Amino acid sequence: MGEANVNNGKRRFLVVATSVAGGAAAVAVAVPFVASMFPSARAKAAGAPVEVDISKVEPGMMIRAEWRSKPVWIVHRTSDMLEGLKKVDSRVADPDSERPMQPAYAKNEYRSRKPEWLVLVGICTHLGCSPSDKLKAGPDSGLGEEWPGGFFCPCHGSKFDLAGRVFKDVPAPTNLEVPKYQFLTDTRLVIGEDGKGA
Amino acid sequence: MTKALINWIDARFPLTSLWKEHLSEYYAPKNFNFWYYFGSLALMVLVIQIVSGIFLTMHYKPDAAQAFGSVEYIMRDVPGGWLIRYIHSTGASMFFVVVYLHMFRGLLYGSYRKPRELIWLFGVIIYLCMMAEAFFGYLLPWGQMSYWGAQVIVNLFGAVPIIGDDLALWIRGDYVVSDATLNRFFAFHVIAIPLALLALVVAHILALHEVGSNNPDGIEIKKKKDAAGRPLDGIPFHPYYTVKDLVGVVVFLAVFSFIVFFMPEVGGYFLEYNNFLPADPLKTPLHIAPVWYFTPYYAMLRAVPALLGTQFWGVLVMGGAVLIFFLLPWLDRSPVKSIRYKGPYFKIALTLFVISFLVLGWLGTQPTDFLGKLGGTDMAVILARLFTAVYFAFFLLMPWYTRIDKTKPEPERVTG
Repeated sequence: MGEANVNNGKRRFLVVATSVAGGAAAVAVAVPFVASMFPSARAKAAGAPVEVDISKVEPGMMIRAEWRSKPVWIVHRTSDMLEGLKKVDSRVADPDSERPMQPAYAKNEYRSRKPEWLVLVGICTHLGCSPSDKLKAGPDSGLGEEWPGGFFCPCHGSKFDLAGRVFKDVPAPTNLEVPKYQFLTDTRLVIGEDGKGA
Repeated sequence: MTKALINWIDARFPLTSLWKEHLSEYYAPKNFNFWYYFGSLALMVLVIQIVSGIFLTMHYKPDAAQAFGSVEYIMRDVPGGWLIRYIHSTGASMFFVVVYLHMFRGLLYGSYRKPRELIWLFGVIIYLCMMAEAFFGYLLPWGQMSYWGAQVIVNLFGAVPIIGDDLALWIRGDYVVSDATLNRFFAFHVIAIPLALLALVVAHILALHEVGSNNPDGIEIKKKKDAAGRPLDGIPFHPYYTVKDLVGVVVFLAVFSFIVFFMPEVGGYFLEYNNFLPADPLKTPLHIAPVWYFTPYYAMLRAVPALLGTQFWGVLVMGGAVLIFFLLPWLDRSPVKSIRYKGPYFKIALTLFVISFLVLGWLGTQPTDFLGKLGGTDMAVILARLFTAVYFAFFLLMPWYTRIDKTKPEPERVTG
């Protein structure tokens, strides 16, 4: 076949069409490989959000849930407890929750979505012990007259108030972490999900 | 007999012509100095890392439940295992030492300038791959610093707007750094990135041998050739520079061995003390610092405040500080390449840049409050901001200060 008979337009069309088809196939093949790096079904099951029924938690009480192998505390705060928080402002290290230990909707004076419901990951930010709850104010807690109610870590003595805010001059560097959560109804809470992805 | 064998091979594979093209008839400028050791040394460290890495892989277990124990097993029970591991861990840090000096050589003599832009670009990609390789590898011992360092770095990707959370999830393969993360980092560390590194090193050297090496005078030796077409100021790489580089290798290996045998941790800089504790997802170390070669960028990351409720700006600054090296060939507008003929502005700028890189590196190893406070802000953060600005000014103002700088004329021939 002589050069004169070459249909260059057709040749170019075939080269481009083949390249596009091959490129599309390559992209399509990449999809399962990329997908394989997302959490597996097993990891998803282990990390799934946890639903908690809070209908039986009286004001002033606390329950525990487990999410991604970590303890999560849910505290039903009374109005006295909420008012007490303001008085503690001067004694805590990060009163306005400036450090990113909570989702945006919990960056407020109560560190929660609804003032009366406090949700915290129960792991001390110092070295990961789980603090004990000393919700009642005053000397009954064993923490002295001035104790405003909160959490006390027995390992190294870190103290947190009833919003999980860390006191000044204790070993823990930051406030307790607030996990992602949302209310499904007034009595059902889901931890690990806030409608903005896992 | 040997000649017959070589002829037989040459008829089937370009052995002799490759040898000539890249060694015995590759003409390199005759005025290479001390700074020209580090290219060949980097290649040697890469080989050391690959060989020691292969032998570590024979005993290491990429499994969150067994990884830390398997490293201890290598250190205690595998014959010579401690030596192989210390060679590998020392090699990682020394790779960065050598490459930082190699890059500094490029800055001194304008080795990134036309026509060597692609050599420089391949080099910067190699540097990026090395950072990835070091980061992935650092998770493998599954110590506290491995774990929390990976946590911090992966969370950086989480700061990317919109896709951040999914991106971090995709990198980890789980909601926290876990066995899935360790397994994939192992895959990247032992196969994906090393393959890319090797290919890039080949590209780096091929591009170099295509245009020819730069030299401390920053002039092109190919402009003056003898009747046979050989550069007048060039000497064959082999035997002249193979022998010279051998001297560098001997000195380097002496230093390397001293570290491996007498101070493998280098005071916590090559191997961080916290990493001798197994990873514990429930216990955050009080002070998380990366290994020294990342600390300049880590200091920048911490220096940038959160703005509009996101930490992404710090990530951008940190990423920009690395990626800006790509632009260097086009930022330098000086009529000369080498610092020997550049004017005072460039010399001052380069000095300030080196100082800021070193100070940032030092700040990055320390907690942010170690210098006290000034007006409510940590002193160390203020310093880091200042030197981050200097770091970027070196690049961003370069088109301006290199153009108005008072340069000296380049010589016709290399000056020895």
